[in-house]
Amino acid sequence: MFHVMKRLQEAAARPTRRNFLKMSAVAAGGLVVGSRLTLPGAALAEGAAAEDAFTPFIRISPDGLVTVLNKHLDMGQGNATGLATLVAEELDASPEQMRAEFAPADVERYKNLAFGMQGTGGSTAIANSFEQYRKAGATARAMLVAAAAKAWGVPAGEITVSGGTLSHSSGKSGTFGEFAEAAAKMEAPAEVTLKSPDQWVYIGKSFPRLDVPNKTVGAPNTYGMDVQRENMLVAVLTRPLAFGGKVKSFNADAAKAVKGVVDVIEVPGHGVAVLATSTWPAIKGREALEIEWDEAGAETRSSDALFAEYRELAETAGPVFRNDGDAEAAIAGAATVVEQVFEFPYLAHGMMEPMVLTIHVEGDRATLWYPSQFQTVDQQTAATVLGIPVQNVTINTLYGGGSFGRRTSPDARHIVEAASIAKIWGKSQPIKLVYTREDDTRAGYYRPMGVHKVRAGLDADGNLVGWHHRIVQQSLMSGTFMEQFMVHDGIDETSVEGVKDASYAIPAFHAELHSPKVGVPVLWWRSVGHTQTGYVVEAMMDKAARAAGVDPLEFRRRHLSQPSGIAERDKDNARKLGVLDKVAQMSGWSGSQNGERFRGIAVHKSFNTYVAEVAEVSRREDGTFKIENVWCAVDCGVAVNPDNVKAQMEGGIGYGLAAVLFSEITLTDGHVDQLNFDTYRPLRIEEMPKVEVEVLASAEAPSGAGEPGTPPVGPAVANTILAATGELPAVLPLTKAGLA
Amino acid sequence: MIRLNINGQDREIDVDPDTPLLWVLRDELGMTGTKYGCGIAACGACTVHLDGMAVRSCQTMASDAEGMSIVTIEGVDGKAAKAVQDAWRELEVPQCGYCQSGQILAATALLAETPKPSDEDIDMAMSGNVCRCATYTRIRAAIHRAAETMEG
Repeated sequence: MFHVMKRLQEAAARPTRRNFLKMSAVAAGGLVVGSRLTLPGAALAEGAAAEDAFTPFIRISPDGLVTVLNKHLDMGQGNATGLATLVAEELDASPEQMRAEFAPADVERYKNLAFGMQGTGGSTAIANSFEQYRKAGATARAMLVAAAAKAWGVPAGEITVSGGTLSHSSGKSGTFGEFAEAAAKMEAPAEVTLKSPDQWVYIGKSFPRLDVPNKTVGAPNTYGMDVQRENMLVAVLTRPLAFGGKVKSFNADAAKAVKGVVDVIEVPGHGVAVLATSTWPAIKGREALEIEWDEAGAETRSSDALFAEYRELAETAGPVFRNDGDAEAAIAGAATVVEQVFEFPYLAHGMMEPMVLTIHVEGDRATLWYPSQFQTVDQQTAATVLGIPVQNVTINTLYGGGSFGRRTSPDARHIVEAASIAKIWGKSQPIKLVYTREDDTRAGYYRPMGVHKVRAGLDADGNLVGWHHRIVQQSLMSGTFMEQFMVHDGIDETSVEGVKDASYAIPAFHAELHSPKVGVPVLWWRSVGHTQTGYVVEAMMDKAARAAGVDPLEFRRRHLSQPSGIAERDKDNARKLGVLDKVAQMSGWSGSQNGERFRGIAVHKSFNTYVAEVAEVSRREDGTFKIENVWCAVDCGVAVNPDNVKAQMEGGIGYGLAAVLFSEITLTDGHVDQLNFDTYRPLRIEEMPKVEVEVLASAEAPSGAGEPGTPPVGPAVANTILAATGELPAVLPLTKAGLA
Repeated sequence: MIRLNINGQDREIDVDPDTPLLWVLRDELGMTGTKYGCGIAACGACTVHLDGMAVRSCQTMASDAEGMSIVTIEGVDGKAAKAVQDAWRELEVPQCGYCQSGQILAATALLAETPKPSDEDIDMAMSGNVCRCATYTRIRAAIHRAAETMEG
């Protein structure tokens, strides 16, 4: 989604766009970034605690603890530690004194530099913070040094800092805590010099994860679901069974009779909410609720019907998003043509912590506690629903129990729901809106379903000469405030990423996109468009390699080694070759078959990160495949925390495997068929392969790690099945064809 | 009134007897380390020990736990628990961490019963505990690591 961010940044620089201004007035005004990272001590004189004075990103308390304010949401990707690593590096702090806290909603100070609003996505947390947080650390260090120099009467240049201690050759030494108060009053330097990579002590090496200790003892107040406030009510909301349905009538008598249920209220446009003194009575009360729905105007098509429509569309011409050379002619004149239609289901994010949000409205102020992933939009949305000034909305961000894209959405539906309930309830009382697992699974905001049709032509030497690609997929951006930035001439960039920039040497490449309108809300899902596009391109590469009678690794190498005359593409290909060669070496690649086992390889770039994976499978007696091993090589530029990058690759592989093997959301007459983990099947420990990851050394700027591990695993597995059966699995999940 | 022994302490709670133990712990006692994930015993996030056995508190009625020893992530202790929690920190198992209370309790119960588990033992004992971040490779490694430290 990197280009999403880039376009939003461009959009933010064009403040004439009315819609955008409406959504993020402050963001648009605050685009000048990096020019002034620090707050001069003088500006903090008015009663500000000394510990608050070190740039908007750092607090140092008299006991020496350094707290890094994380402008992003950490939902498991480890950015809280990543940002603390950057600060500790330049501050010369010790890991033991570092703490992480989430920053408040404040777009001016805490915007994501990749898109001008405060929010987390597109694997940008480290990439956009890399310089900013190091500068913050260097600034705080300079202020501490200045304070020590003044106290000791020595030149600042003679003071050294190491492991959280300031020292001078005269024997004087002191801790950060001792100088925190005095340092806060020092003028922040206008310029700081950052360390060169050879001076790094933590970056690229190791740094302990700051959130791990709490997450091994069940510490309170960690997640949104843990929030408990005095006099709090718990709300569960019954949403329409079909998207776009409305409440016709309801009977709340039985629900209200449940002990602990306080009231049942209709939330126009959203459903019926049961309010109770705690969670269980709210759930029980909801079960006793009788609702009649009006489905006139709702989306009532079944997913089978939608697939039939999509397949038909895939046979017709659509808006073109790439047209290099004459692909039709190239394919017509090809020695061999390979062709495949692919089908991808809707997917729920299925994070372990369902959606949840606590809101307390007091007069014209509102306070929210939850894992906020899109603070600027959420804050504006709550203010709009409640009719209060945006600055009166306080957001307290907690750790997210996963997200995979779910906790950020352009329409901030969860915020609208909670704020609407609070507004209708009208009493100044904290309300915690809890999604049950069932609510979470059928609430929509899925990865869109899609159909791809590809034809590829090979010449007599087995080289690709033409590629014709048609995508049918519902737009993520259409109908949201982001449409004007992300949809151009009918092309939603998120539907085509991964195909539009496919970098293999293919002289003629033609690609089209149909974006049918469907009433099912869709949303980015880990790696956005890349799990579909990466699957199709990389599976087709194997099908073409097989037709050419060439080893799949060799076939890729061939199509990545030819200079294209386009600098960006050549660089992409060089880095793709780098990870391919590494993963081939790690796995000891010698072809698609390894004794009784089968192997598949895939390489994909997403969010500026290059990942190659090899999957190895065995076949069970019942014909299903067991994923035995996955090898993964990743080039994400400078890896700030290499072990965390590895963890993200391991997790991204497991998350992608679940989707490819088991997961699908289907609709019957517009009603979602899956409700819980019994039918929306997650990956379990016995289904997790052994995973080996290597992070390539790189001097390139850091890019993302949260998402790029996911796209290659699907096609890597698909290619093992092609090798084993001669048939490319093109309909997901693999359970549908009895392959998993 | 229901009488429960939780982490060695006797508690009296005024809830309907059919209230799941999960919600008694979380909402009545404020012990939020035990997580709600699915409510149908399909994910294991709510795992606690009942007389040393790993059970799903979302499917255990509070009244059924009367007279038994209930141990949660807040109170789990002893050689196996310490080895597991230490290994979890050493190998940095958690990502989002939401399922990890349940994982740790399931792993602790496994090691108390089977101090030297094979990969198959681990898969069997941990199959009911879902991790959507897919930290499974580290869970497996951390259980082996904990088994080693318990031996030493």
